[in-house]
Amino acid sequence: MDRIPILRMGEFLLVTIQVDMQDQLALRLQEDLTAAIERHSSKGVLIDISALEMVDSFIGRMISDISGMGRILGAETIVTGMQPAVAITLVELGLSLPGIATALDVERGMEVLRAKIRNGADHVADDGR
Amino acid sequence: MSQTTGGEVPLKSEHDIVLARQLVRRLTQQLGFSIVDQTKMVTASSELARNALIHGGGGAMQWHLFTRDAKQGLELVFIDAGPGIANLELAMTDGWSSGQGLGMGLSGARRLVNDFNIRSAAGAGTTVTIRRWK
Repeated sequence: MDRIPILRMGEFLLVTIQVDMQDQLALRLQEDLTAAIERHSSKGVLIDISALEMVDSFIGRMISDISGMGRILGAETIVTGMQPAVAITLVELGLSLPGIATALDVERGMEVLRAKIRNGADHVADDGR
Repeated sequence: MSQTTGGEVPLKSEHDIVLARQLVRRLTQQLGFSIVDQTKMVTASSELARNALIHGGGGAMQWHLFTRDAKQGLELVFIDAGPGIANLELAMTDGWSSGQGLGMGLSGARRLVNDFNIRSAAGAGTTVTIRRWK
């Protein structure tokens, strides 16, 4: 069965969803990503969905779950590149993806991830005083 | 060139859901829907196709192009012969629960289209008809 490739870049994992996903493929990505976060002790996950022409409740739920699972495993998740029509439709569908960090493109997404991780490290240092 | 104005595709597997929404994308493009309207109809079809497969044990999607008041539109009918829905009112309520990310399916799909009609009864399967026009 197909898999969506997960690229490792230092302490980050990058995923670009390029295909119209079947539900099983989305579930497999969720499993693969959480396993990769653990294996590499990743601090951040960037999911680019600029090629996705539709996000329904199933894919929306998957994105929420990945973000939640990642957080528990110590990784921040950011979703980048959502097309405006997809965003409009998602909100009307009733999914505003609360708690999911987003950015317009991969470059800005990486900046946000780096900032989040820096801030996270500061907080740890603060708590330790 | 003569154009087909209707047809039916099966909803028997997850792959069929992907094929159904790709068909809806093509049809709405042919009709000249805006990108936002295309996306709404495609997303609604994805929700309803999944419902027919998961809750209805599989079924079919019929499509018809129609013209009303000089406006062109697309009608989709999702039919399954599953256990049906005993409490339609409850099923139409927002709430995202039941297992695999469903729960917004029916209520969400209704918000994405111009016309929404559902017929179901316990033991009698479910038929959902949606319409969206330009």
